[in-house]
Amino acid sequence: MADVAYSARVGTVEAATGGDVADYFALLKPRVMFLVVFTALVGLVAAPGSMHPVLAIASLICIAAGAGASGALNMWYDADIDAAMARTAARPVPRGLVSPEEARSFGTVLAIGSVLCLGLMANWLAAALLAFTIAFYIFVYTMWLKRTTPQNIVIGGAAGAFPPMIGWAAAGGGISLDSVVLFLIIFVWTPPHFWALALLRTRDYAKAGIPMLPVVAGPDATRLQILIYSLILAPLGMVPAIIGLGGTLYMIVASILGSLFVVMAFDCYSERQGEAADRAAKNLFAYSVLYLFLLFAVLLVEQGFGIDGSTLPSLWAL
Amino acid sequence: MQDAEKERQRRQRMRSVAIAWILAALVVLFFIVTIVRLGGSVAVRPL
Repeated sequence: MADVAYSARVGTVEAATGGDVADYFALLKPRVMFLVVFTALVGLVAAPGSMHPVLAIASLICIAAGAGASGALNMWYDADIDAAMARTAARPVPRGLVSPEEARSFGTVLAIGSVLCLGLMANWLAAALLAFTIAFYIFVYTMWLKRTTPQNIVIGGAAGAFPPMIGWAAAGGGISLDSVVLFLIIFVWTPPHFWALALLRTRDYAKAGIPMLPVVAGPDATRLQILIYSLILAPLGMVPAIIGLGGTLYMIVASILGSLFVVMAFDCYSERQGEAADRAAKNLFAYSVLYLFLLFAVLLVEQGFGIDGSTLPSLWAL
Repeated sequence: MQDAEKERQRRQRMRSVAIAWILAALVVLFFIVTIVRLGGSVAVRPL
């Protein structure tokens, strides 16, 4: 599949020179990798017990490499649809700068290396979770669900939700209710996040033949689904405070951020025509990234620096 | 055509240099991780 897109571009001057280092780095999907590393860091810091800083950094490098491997393997397999979509047409494989075979080999070596290194540097449970995540993203999401069902990113979203569990396991926390809750937050966050983007790229997805929800069920049904998932996400985001993983500060921030998420999802649900609809979807997409980042950042601050709501009055008094 | 060949060679060289740096960084990382995992008292032993 990828060969078709690649061969269509081979012969250009760019393709003849091959990719440079930046093109191989782009195969790793750096922005996705950042979010993966960040959520894994939160899992690692929030887990009970302590981990030597060197081993923690080494574990995060392994998790980043594993996420990058998933990106490279995804770009190998999806080169044909990447070439058909404006958002992804400039990626190294559809441009012919990196051959599909190179992307596949690069991803495979990184995947195996990252799993083995995580096993050696942290523990084999974390390594097994990382291996499962990479395999799930490639075999279940990329190769199977993405091209066959509008539920692709609902189920496939599990792959993006595993990093905090991997970080938690790497720190020796095993698999616990706390890490499963962190997984669930990202799992439920993923559909409204991607569907907001899909609303803006419906024609692109239709052209590439990907059965995203707005393509198959229409934009109105998608807006309703976004609202439903947001209504589940807002209270779910507060659960860490209820089970003791987050403190008072987390509860306050999660309540405000969750309420804002629902407000923006409702705006996206009610604005259905023209520029106002596009703007509402764009705002929700941008806010969803900020929401997840802030939610996990507060957990990181609370767990990493021992600051929660109970210490806030004394901080304000300073 | 010559420019394209020169550019291809330049990119090949850059990729090789990047791989060399990554391998060197991995050697350093493995060394440090080994020391950390062995623990601080590994050097304390009877001669």
